Amino acid sequence: MKRVYKITLLFGITILVASCHNKKAPNYQYFPNMYESVGYETYSESAAFKNGKEGQLPVDGTINRGFETYDYENSTAGYELAKANLKSPLDSLDRSSDKGKALYDIYCISCHGATGDGKGKLVEREKFLGVPSYKDRVITEGSIFHVETYGLNAMGSHANQLSKHERWLVADYVLKLKSQL
Amino acid sequence: MKKVGNHNSISRKLFFSLALSLAFSLTSFAQDAAPAAATEVPVATQGGDPIKGKELFNSNCAACHKLDGKATGPALRGIADRRDKQWLYKWIHNSADLIKSGDADAIKVFEENNKVAMTAFPQLSEGDIDNIIAYTSEVKAEAPAPLPGAAAGTTSQEGGLSNNLILGALALVMLMLVVMLFLVSNVLAKVAKANGIEVAPNAPRQSIWKAFVRNQFLVLVASVFLLLASGYFVYGYLMQVGVDQDYAPIQPIHFSHKIHAGDNEINCKYCHSAARVSKNAGIPSLNVCMNCHKNIAEVAEATATPEYSKAFYDEQIQKLYTAVGWDKAAQTYTGKTEPVKWVRIHNLPDFVYFNHSQHVTVAGLECQTCHGPVETYEVQKQFAPLTMGWCIDCHRKTDVKMEGNEYYAKIHAELSKKYGVEKLTAAQMGGLECGKCHY
Repeated sequence: MKRVYKITLLFGITILVASCHNKKAPNYQYFPNMYESVGYETYSESAAFKNGKEGQLPVDGTINRGFETYDYENSTAGYELAKANLKSPLDSLDRSSDKGKALYDIYCISCHGATGDGKGKLVEREKFLGVPSYKDRVITEGSIFHVETYGLNAMGSHANQLSKHERWLVADYVLKLKSQL
Repeated sequence: MKKVGNHNSISRKLFFSLALSLAFSLTSFAQDAAPAAATEVPVATQGGDPIKGKELFNSNCAACHKLDGKATGPALRGIADRRDKQWLYKWIHNSADLIKSGDADAIKVFEENNKVAMTAFPQLSEGDIDNIIAYTSEVKAEAPAPLPGAAAGTTSQEGGLSNNLILGALALVMLMLVVMLFLVSNVLAKVAKANGIEVAPNAPRQSIWKAFVRNQFLVLVASVFLLLASGYFVYGYLMQVGVDQDYAPIQPIHFSHKIHAGDNEINCKYCHSAARVSKNAGIPSLNVCMNCHKNIAEVAEATATPEYSKAFYDEQIQKLYTAVGWDKAAQTYTGKTEPVKWVRIHNLPDFVYFNHSQHVTVAGLECQTCHGPVETYEVQKQFAPLTMGWCIDCHRKTDVKMEGNEYYAKIHAELSKKYGVEKLTAAQMGGLECGKCHY
C-alpha cells in the first residue's frame, strides 16, 4: 500500500511540474537586467511621454531626414493635375532594374494581379471586388504615383510602406504591365 | 458480470444508429436546400441578365459600391426602384455632366456622398447597365442556415462521445478483471483450506533493498548513473532558462496569420514593410490594416472554423475599428483612437544587435527561415529558440549570395582564396566575430 502511495505521489509531482509550463507566458530569465533594455525599446510603454507610448508622432510641421514632400493635394483636382503634369524623376538605370517588379509583387499583386489585369488572389477569392484592369483605365505615371500616395476609392494609401523613390519604381512597373496587357 | 463490456447491447446500437441517421439526414437536407436557393427565380429582372450583371458589377462598381450598406458610394440594391432608368444611364455614363447640368437629384447624390466624383463609365452600353440593374434588383438571398456546419459539429461530437464511451468501458473491464483476480485468489485460498492443504508460508527472505545495499559494486554503478542522469536533466533545465521557443501569448486582437498570409497569400512584407529597410520588422500600424479592412467589415462564412466562429472573427474586425476610430456606418474616421497593446513575442536581449534589413534585403532570406511556417499559424508563436547557438549554426551553414555584387567582388575573391572554397558562408565573412553582434 505504501508503494502505491509513493508512485501516486511521484506521478502527481510530474504532472504538476509539466503543467507549470505555460506557453502563454514568457519563460524565466537569468539576470533579467541583462535582457531588459535601459533605453526605450521599440513600441514599449514609457512613462516619459504623456500618452505613455515610446512610439511618438513627429512634431507637427516637421519631416524626417531624407523625406521628400509631395505637393499635389488629395482631391479630384489634385489627381487631374498630377495626371497631367507630374513626371517621374527615375533615371534609365532605375527603370531597367527589377526593383519595381519586386515591390509590385509585395504591395500590389494581391489585388491587381501579377499581370495587372485586376485578378489578384484577393479578387479571385471575392474578398476585394471592383479592381480594374490597367488596360481599361487612362493612367499616366503621375496619376499612378498620386494614387499610390493617397489611395483612391477602395484602395488605401501606400505612402507609409513605400518611400517616394519606391513609389516611382512601382509606377514605372505598372506602366510596363499596362503596355503588355 | 456478464453485462460488462457488452458491445452488442441494444441500447448502444440504437443510440449509434440514431446519431448516424441524424447526422446524415442533416447533411442531405442541406444539400437539398442549397440548389433550391440557387434556382430561385430573381424578382424584377427587368429584361437584363443578372449573371452578366454580377460580373460587370464586380469588376466596375464594387470598388465603391456594395449591394447592401454604404461604401465610398451608396448601397445599390433595388436602385431601379429609386431612380429612373434614363437618369441612371446618364449618371453612369458621365455623372459630372449631369451635376453640371443642374439636375437636382444628381446634385443631391453628389453632396450626400462627401462630394466624391464617380468615375465615368462611357464604355458601358445601355445593355450592360440593364444587366447591372438586373443584378442589383435581385432580392437578397437569405443566408443559408448553417446546417452543414451544424451537422459536421454533431458528427464530430458523436465521434468524441463514442470514443469516450469505449475508453470508459475498457477501464471498467480492467477494474473488473482486477477485482476478479482478487476474488479468485480468495476462493482458491478457501478451497485449499477446505481441502486441508497447508499453504506453505513464504520463507523469510532477505529484502531486495538490503541485498542491494550490501552489493557495493551495484551501489557504485547506480550512483554514477544517477549522478549522470540528474546532471543531464539539470543541464537541460538550465539551458532553456531565458529561451522562449513556442511562446504564444494571447493578443488583444486575435489576428490570424493563417487567414492573411496563408489563405489570402498576402506577402509578409506588405504589412511588415519595415523589415525591408530597418532594424526592426515593425508591428504594422493600423492604417495598413485599414487598407483592406475599410472594405472588409466582416469575414466570409467560409472563413469560420469549428474553433473560431464568424461572429468571433467579426468581433476582432470590430476591435480594429474601435482602435482606429472608424465609423462603419458613416464610412469616416471619428478621430477617437486607442492604441492596441500587442504583446511582443520575439525579443532579443539588450546585449545583442540584430538587423532585419540586413537579413531580409541584403541576404535575401525568406521570413520563414527564422519565423517558421507563419502562414499556417492561427495563433502566432515563436518558432526559433533565438539562442546564440542557433544564430551561429545558421551563419556557419548559409552561403552568402555573392553573384551580382560587383562592389565586394575583390574581397569575396580574396576570402574565397584564403579559405579555399567556392562559396563563402556568413561565418567565413566574419559572421562569427563577437563584435559583429555584441557591442
